[in-house]
Amino acid sequence: MRDEHLILRVVMKVLFAPIILFAFYVQFHGDYGPGGGFQAGVIFAVAFILHGLIYGVAATKRAMPQGVLSALMSIGLLLYTGTGALTMLLGRNLLAYDALAPNSTHHAGQHWGILIVEFGVGMTVAATMLTIFYHFSSREPEIRDEDW
Amino acid sequence: MTPSPGFAAAAGVLIDLALLTLLFIVAIQMLRSRQLFAIVMLSGIYSLLSAAFFVSLDAVDVAFTEAAVGAGISTVLMLAAMLLTVRREKPGTPGRAPVAFIAVLIVGAALVYASIDMPAFGDGASPANAYVGQQYVERTPDEIAMPNIVTAVLASYRGFDTMGETMVIFTAGLAVMLLLGVGSPRGGRAVRDVSRDEASRRRPSA
Repeated sequence: MRDEHLILRVVMKVLFAPIILFAFYVQFHGDYGPGGGFQAGVIFAVAFILHGLIYGVAATKRAMPQGVLSALMSIGLLLYTGTGALTMLLGRNLLAYDALAPNSTHHAGQHWGILIVEFGVGMTVAATMLTIFYHFSSREPEIRDEDW
Repeated sequence: MTPSPGFAAAAGVLIDLALLTLLFIVAIQMLRSRQLFAIVMLSGIYSLLSAAFFVSLDAVDVAFTEAAVGAGISTVLMLAAMLLTVRREKPGTPGRAPVAFIAVLIVGAALVYASIDMPAFGDGASPANAYVGQQYVERTPDEIAMPNIVTAVLASYRGFDTMGETMVIFTAGLAVMLLLGVGSPRGGRAVRDVSRDEASRRRPSA
């Protein structure tokens, strides 16, 4: 596997950073255009899945260990529920983001709330997708050449 | 030079027709194929074509999700799942075909009958566009002050829904971890169909 698929490995190296960058663009541009946490999380995971398909899952696991993913999965969900709890502690309803900036004239609280919540969604989705991929694919080292 | 409205409408209809025809062909091909690898690839193509069709319906957010999740992640996960099983679908039992065919005919006829009552595409008075949908469109600039109304609905008006969806995804990941094992010595063990098939062949009496 190491010496084969030279074109795939080179293309992967070129594409990896732009895919991650695009994921962050989709993540933080969701307020202004199509996108948001779900799509961004999937795109983020896709970069690592591509890496895993071409270099083998073992190499990807060294770059992004399962322990980190498990933590990210939980932290993402906690960011979401924590924002809800925070707005309740500030005396408003669950996820009533205006409580985050009550004196704002342009709904800054809504912007902050949606940004944080979407970031939590993105973290959970990316970590979960990659976790599922790890668990399915680590049972067989790689796609055999005759299957292409 | 800008195309005339009539030309643009005709081009839109042609694109829709082409996409729907391709969707139909891909679906038929998926039904006919017995190669699991080809079926997984065709389902990815099907998702990508649906995403293109959603774009032509101006539903860019849905199209984006379909392209990322349907054509991207699902295909990869199905490939990963396929590695754990055999490569070819088993031939079906032909005796049940008439019953299945009649059931499909009845359901299809019911769906066609229901589609007669559906509102026209883009109808402003349809239930989807009238009541709460209209309120979201009218109120978002004042209440949320956010250009993308889809995000405003998803993360603010229906933030509680989205929290549940995130929990569903979290639970799915948790379930896979519990079922397939994380960090356990058994989690990374390769499963081979060939050896199992050979083993069953060696013991014909069992």
